Amino acid sequence: MENLEYKKLLAELTGKTSVSGYEYKFSKFLKNEISKYCNNIEIDYFSNVIATFNSGLNLKKKKIMLTAHIDEIGLMVKSIDKNGFIKFTNIGEVDPKILLSQEVKIHGKRELLGVIGSIPPHLIENYNKHNVVDIDKLYIDTGFSKYELDEIISIGDVISFNVELISLNSNYISSKALDNRAGICTLIGVMNELKKFKYYNETTFNFTSMEETASAGVINSSYRIEPDLAIVIDTCFGKVQGGANEDTFVLGNGPVISIGPNFNSDYSKQIIKIARDEKISHQIDVEPGNSGTEAWATQISRNGIPTLLISIPIKYMHTPIEVMNIDDINLSVKLITNFLMKQ
Amino acid sequence: MILEELSNLSGISGDEKDIRDYIMEKIKNYVDNIRIDSIGNLIALKKGKNSDLKLMLAAHMDEVGFIVKSINDDGTIKFATIGGFDNRILPGKKIFIGKEKKPGVIGILPIHLQSSARKKRVFSLNELYIDIGSDSKERTEKIIDIGDYISFKGNFKRLGQNYYMSKALDDRVGCSILIDIILQTELLDFDLVICFTVQEEVGTRGAEVIAYSEEPDAAIVVEGTTASDVPDVKDSMTSTKLAAGPVLTIMDRASYSNKNLVRFINQIAESKNIKIQYKNTVTGGNDAGKIQRSRNGVKTAVISVPVRYIHSPTSVIYEKDYINTNKLVFEVIREFSFNKI
Repeated sequence: MENLEYKKLLAELTGKTSVSGYEYKFSKFLKNEISKYCNNIEIDYFSNVIATFNSGLNLKKKKIMLTAHIDEIGLMVKSIDKNGFIKFTNIGEVDPKILLSQEVKIHGKRELLGVIGSIPPHLIENYNKHNVVDIDKLYIDTGFSKYELDEIISIGDVISFNVELISLNSNYISSKALDNRAGICTLIGVMNELKKFKYYNETTFNFTSMEETASAGVINSSYRIEPDLAIVIDTCFGKVQGGANEDTFVLGNGPVISIGPNFNSDYSKQIIKIARDEKISHQIDVEPGNSGTEAWATQISRNGIPTLLISIPIKYMHTPIEVMNIDDINLSVKLITNFLMKQ
Repeated sequence: MILEELSNLSGISGDEKDIRDYIMEKIKNYVDNIRIDSIGNLIALKKGKNSDLKLMLAAHMDEVGFIVKSINDDGTIKFATIGGFDNRILPGKKIFIGKEKKPGVIGILPIHLQSSARKKRVFSLNELYIDIGSDSKERTEKIIDIGDYISFKGNFKRLGQNYYMSKALDDRVGCSILIDIILQTELLDFDLVICFTVQEEVGTRGAEVIAYSEEPDAAIVVEGTTASDVPDVKDSMTSTKLAAGPVLTIMDRASYSNKNLVRFINQIAESKNIKIQYKNTVTGGNDAGKIQRSRNGVKTAVISVPVRYIHSPTSVIYEKDYINTNKLVFEVIREFSFNKI
C-alpha cells in the first residue's frame, strides 16, 4: 500500500456537504471511498457507514470499533419572505458572529448560491456596534424571487458554507468541516496502514451521523456493533488567543489523548506508553466529566464499552475557516495503528 | 468580462497599481494622451474637435481592505482597516496578504470557549487577528512585512440568474464602464478627460488632485452606491434599490449636484427609455465632493450602480442596472453639449 496524500484526501472530504441529519449522500461517497479496504460496508437507517475491515486473516482476537462522525454543522431554511430573502436557523452550534457576508450553498432540488446579509448598521435604530446580530435578524440573498425559490427550495432544506480547502503556510490548511473530516481522514489513513501488516483483530470502522446534534448516530451503531473496545476520533480546540492553556492544544504537536472518567484508564495508560515508546509526539487532555464527544454515549452502550478518545486539534472550530496542521494526521495515524497492532 | 477581471484584482487604497496597470493596457491605444500623476491617478484624454471646454469622467480604482500593522509573538498578525468597514463582517473570512497573495484567515475564539457575555458582544478590531499558519513571530516575519496590503479574495460570480456577487464592485463597476466609454466613444465637440482615481475610500484624495490639475468645466462621477432594499429597512430609509436602474444623486454628504446637469442626464434617460432612480437619502459621499469645490468650482453630477452589502466581500448588483448605467453614461456623453447645462 502506498502512503496516502492527506491534504488531497481532506480537500475531497471537506468539499462534500454532510450537514447533520442530511449525511446520506456523503455516506454513499464514503462507502465508495473505503471500499478498497473493507469487505462488508453497510449504510444503516441513520446514514451511519459501518465497515468491517478486511485483513485477509481470519484469526479473531478482540472486537474493536473505531468511530469518527461524518456530520458537520450548518444552517437550515426556515422561511422565504415575499421578496425572496431566506430566513434560517442553525444545525449544531454556530456562532452568529461569523455568519455576516458568508457565501453559502442551499441544498434544495438543486444547489443555489447565496450570501448572508442583514440590515446595514447605519439604518438600525439605537445601533450599538458591540451588539451581535442575532441569527433571526440574518437572511440569505440568492438573487431569485420568492416565486422562483418556491420551485427549488423547501422549508427544512439544509445550507452549507461555500468554501474550498486552502493551503496556508507550511503544513497548515484551512477549510470548513475539518471537524470531523480530520477524524475520517485519520481512520482512512489507519486502514491504509493496517493493510501493510499482519493484523488479526476483528475491527469495525463506524462513521457516524448526527454527532453535532446529540450523538444519535453513535448511540444506535455502538449498540449494534457491541465491541470490546471503542476508539473515538474527533477534533478538539487548537490553541488560540483567549483560550485557556489547559483546554487548548498546539497544532502540529500531535494527537491529543484524553484521560478521565469517560475513558478506560488501562487502555489510556497503554496508548500513552506506546506514544512514549515509539516517540510519537502527543498531548494529554484531562477531561473531568463529559468529553463532549461520542465517547460519552459510547462508554455506556449495552453492558458498557471500554472507550478511548483521540483528538486532532483545530483552530476556529465550527467556522468556515477552521485551521489544522497535516502533521497531526500523520502522527495520529501512526499512534492509532501502533496501538491496534498491540491489541 | 472586464468587470469580472477588474473585481477579482486587488487594489486597496494606496495600492492601486494592479488596477491601474490593467486599465492602462485596455485603453492606451484608444486615447490621445495618457499619464499617471504623482499620487497614482490614471488620466486619459480623448481630444475633441474643439479644446476650449473639457468634460471629466471619474471613477475610483481603490477598494476597502486592510494593512498589516504588527506581528504577534504567536505568529498571528494585527491589522488595520483601510476605508469604511462594518467590522462585524470580519470574523471567519479568508484574506490574501501582500504582492504574493499569501492566504490567511481572520479567526476568533470558538463559540464553545466563549463566556456568555463574550457570546453577546461583537469582536472589536483590536481583538481580531490574521492566522497564516505560523506558530512564531520569526516564521511570520519571513513571509509577511509590516505594511503589506490585505484584500479579500477575488470571488466574482453570478448570483441567481440576473445578479452578480463580488468584492470591490464599489467602484470597479465605474472603472469598467469608463473603459467601455473610452473604447466606444467617437470624436466629440469638446475634450473628454477620463480619470481613474486613487484613495477615494480614505477621503477622496486622488480626486482632489485631478480636479486641480485637469481644471474640467464639468464632471460626471461614475460610482457604486449603497442599496438598502433588504428586510427590516423602512421604505423611507431605503437609499436605492436593485433592479430600479441607474442612480442619480441630488445631494449627499459631500456634494450637491449641478441641477442643470442632473436635469440633462434625466432627459437623456427619458429619451432613451432608461429607467432611473434618485438616491433617496442624503448619506455617503464620493469624488464629486472634491471635484465640485476645486479651484473656481466645477459643475458635477453622479451616476451610480446600486450595490447591496457594499464594502463587503459579498457585494451584489443587478446585471441590468449595470448595463443601463453604462448605456446612460454613453448616451449622456454622446449627446452632451456645454450649452445644454
